[in-house]
Amino acid sequence: MADMKIGAYICKGCGLGERLDCDELATIAQRDGKAQVVQQHDFLCSAEGVKMIQADIDNEGINRVVIGACSRRAKTEAFNFQNVTISRANLREGVIWIRPDEDDLRETTQEMAADYIRMGCAEAKHSTVPASEQEKGSNDTILVVGGGITGMTAAIEAAKTGYPVHIVEKTGSLGGYAGKMWKDVPMHSPYTDPVDTPVTKLIAEVEADSRITVHLNATISKTSGAPGRFSADISTESGATTTENFGAIIQASGATPYDASQLPELGYGKSKDVVDRVELEQLAIAANGGPIKRPSDGKEVKKVTFIQCAGQRSDKEGHLNYCSGDCCLTSIKQAMYFKDQNPDIETEILFDDLRTPGAPGEDFYRSGQDKLVTFRKGKVSEVVAGSNGPLVRFKDMILDEDVEEEADLVVLATGMVANSGVDIDAVPQNEPGEWEVSVDSILNLNYRQGKDLPHLKYGFNDSHFICFPYETRRTGIYTCGPVRRPMDTQQAIDDATGATLKAIQEIENAKVGRAAHPRSGDLSYPIFRKEGCTQCKRCTVECPFGAIDEDEKRFPVFNESRCRRCGTCMGACPVRVISFENYSCDTVGQQIKNVDIPDEFDEKPRILVLACENDAYPALDMAAQQGVSYSQFARIIPVRCLGSVNTIWVTDALNSGYDGIILMGCQKGDDYQCHFVKGSEMANVRMSKVDDTLETLSLEKERVETYEIAITDIERAPKLINDMAEAVEKMGMSPFKF
Amino acid sequence: MSNYNQEMIDKYRGNFLKEVQDNVEEGDWVKMCMQCGVCSGSCPLGPHWDHPPQEIFMMIRAGKREEVLESTSMWMCTSCYNCIARCPRGLPITHIMHGLATYSKRLGLAPQQQPTAKFAQLFWDNLTKKGRVNELKLGLSLYFMNGIGEGIKTSLKMKDIGLNMLKTKRMSPMEYFGGHSCKDTKGFQAMLKKAQELEEARIGKSGS
Repeated sequence: MADMKIGAYICKGCGLGERLDCDELATIAQRDGKAQVVQQHDFLCSAEGVKMIQADIDNEGINRVVIGACSRRAKTEAFNFQNVTISRANLREGVIWIRPDEDDLRETTQEMAADYIRMGCAEAKHSTVPASEQEKGSNDTILVVGGGITGMTAAIEAAKTGYPVHIVEKTGSLGGYAGKMWKDVPMHSPYTDPVDTPVTKLIAEVEADSRITVHLNATISKTSGAPGRFSADISTESGATTTENFGAIIQASGATPYDASQLPELGYGKSKDVVDRVELEQLAIAANGGPIKRPSDGKEVKKVTFIQCAGQRSDKEGHLNYCSGDCCLTSIKQAMYFKDQNPDIETEILFDDLRTPGAPGEDFYRSGQDKLVTFRKGKVSEVVAGSNGPLVRFKDMILDEDVEEEADLVVLATGMVANSGVDIDAVPQNEPGEWEVSVDSILNLNYRQGKDLPHLKYGFNDSHFICFPYETRRTGIYTCGPVRRPMDTQQAIDDATGATLKAIQEIENAKVGRAAHPRSGDLSYPIFRKEGCTQCKRCTVECPFGAIDEDEKRFPVFNESRCRRCGTCMGACPVRVISFENYSCDTVGQQIKNVDIPDEFDEKPRILVLACENDAYPALDMAAQQGVSYSQFARIIPVRCLGSVNTIWVTDALNSGYDGIILMGCQKGDDYQCHFVKGSEMANVRMSKVDDTLETLSLEKERVETYEIAITDIERAPKLINDMAEAVEKMGMSPFKF
Repeated sequence: MSNYNQEMIDKYRGNFLKEVQDNVEEGDWVKMCMQCGVCSGSCPLGPHWDHPPQEIFMMIRAGKREEVLESTSMWMCTSCYNCIARCPRGLPITHIMHGLATYSKRLGLAPQQQPTAKFAQLFWDNLTKKGRVNELKLGLSLYFMNGIGEGIKTSLKMKDIGLNMLKTKRMSPMEYFGGHSCKDTKGFQAMLKKAQELEEARIGKSGS
């Protein structure tokens, strides 16, 4: 780091020149920030301004650029210099826009700007230019796990784009669940009649494509590696195992129908004429367009009753808590099997809430009504044996009366259970060096954190349904189809296409050694100083993405390409041996230390805000754009994720005399909004332990607060800062000022 | 009741939805109801109905033939059209209610003492005589609809209004004797008769 050369550039545009004393800021950059070159410019982001900076980089050897202008989120294209680090002192959104332009406030506004310049220079001093990760992968092949509609679509889409694919299918044939259906809900207008499933067409396409290799009766007995260089052992039933290399993995393992034998109260298992929806498909296939016959005595069905939400949307033990999303459409379709064959057959659908999502939705429901399928809002209490067939007892919720009806056949609309492998949070993991194959696992990953993808709710694989549906918590492995949420065939097909695009993106990024998501293009990766490590395992346990393994001596083994660059490991490390080239305990710690702390009697407290750069920091920027103001005593430092906040920063800040500290992260829990899934949760756990620190320092608990901030909290985020300023005023200044 | 009613019972054998579909004006819309209840919530007289429209539609599907047709509910409709305007499925609910009322009347199942039904009959009888509504007679027959005692009571109560109307020539006592008519009463009667024939041919009603 001998040839480090800082260049500080102060912009006078956007009103900065009028509101701030830029000459003083330049002096501070030179004197406190130790910048070798300091320049001011009237319009820094103009072509001229940018040229000025570039000239210094080329001629003066500047390799640490500090820009004192607008927020780091603005003008990123103008201030995009290669092979240097860039630090942004946020003078516009962070200072002049959030402070009123009044004469008696000029002094504190100027102090704010001065601190941001010092912080920018401090960050520059402790950053280095990131080189891309060393473990580049170059494999183009995609592994698709599961040969149902979802898997086949993913394979076809990938192959069409030119990427070779291997499909691994557990059973002896392609087609999956949809392959067992007689007909499907229509996917195109007019949404009136059941149509053929796309299975036959998809199988033909898969078989005709030379880029797709299919492994039938096969499972995956081991997966290792990282994006761009995965290796998977594919074992067939016969015992043979082949090892193939892949760039990315798409898990399309689908769902299994709920086991209806858990529903004896609905007559399943007691009467042969109570069937689940899969068995009805089989009856329809057997009838092949002719009259459907009931299983017990082969009598042609004249009256059929469908019971919706069978074993679903219920809190009862063994039942599914959730709605499987496609059963209403499926029952309408199955009722049409009867009506289309003979309109005189009575078909009744007993529903609780009729839900028909997706493209066919209401139109298909209308078509069912048009064909005189009877829809009745009824809560079924039991199905018992009647004189001529099953007798359904239910309460009509509209007419508010108890009804008994006999039918020839009763169909239970059962839900879907995700095939998501083992729940790694519930099953103990193999110790390093003692890894074993699990028959229940889908992927058999040899990762330290477990063999399968983490589950979120109800056994479905983790997936953020708005922000990142396909990205799992294992980089380079994508889920699609009913394994990540209940869905019908059309949705599964769309889903497969999306996941395939993500997989391709990952492969291409892995080739150049950069992050794909969500810090797209980031070249930094965690650097680990093994000599200092105490083998505490916190990083391996807390990494939300299972990127860190352990060697047999329990030292962490970082897998750079599996990393999402959130820094949760850095925040977890008690001995601070993990860092990124441009983001480390020092780059933030030094910013904290370089803020000027006036002494106790100046009545100028200092409030440190560590704001998540994904939501909280933009919210504060937008607050500035809208003219909301917050305390002149706040100093805001963006962090990659609240998970990357190391408690040392909090301790250091308290020790150096900060009066209040606010941590702003994203929502945690099942409905998390954290871009790194577990980051804000981890931070919350760690911060709950900060109370002890505060106690040792005899400081009030209220001096450190953690908040969940959404990007829309434009009013709330500044208010929380002001609340802290008020609280500090009440509590009095910190006694730790020197 | 009537032969026609028995005929229909025999014809549809419990499939009341089909019966409604075939015989009630706009009856083929009934199956399209999705039971959201917006109609019942929108009806200004809803609380006074035995069965609000949503329930009527469900009863039709549940095959409750007599309960529906003998019900006073559809006679309560005032044709405010709130339900039609609001039905998300676009059901012509007002028309269906009137259709059901007409059908129950045709079958001879309409409630005898329901005032709306009674008044409708008085109005029809009054109008068809001369092709014009005789307001004096219509008013009086309305007063005496429920017997002489109540008729006299209502008449006395309304006498001031009546006298004032006479004074301002809003009503003529001479209307009681004959009253005005349309230009071609015979033609009007013939027209009604033909319409009746056509209607009967359409519904295939024999006898009664």
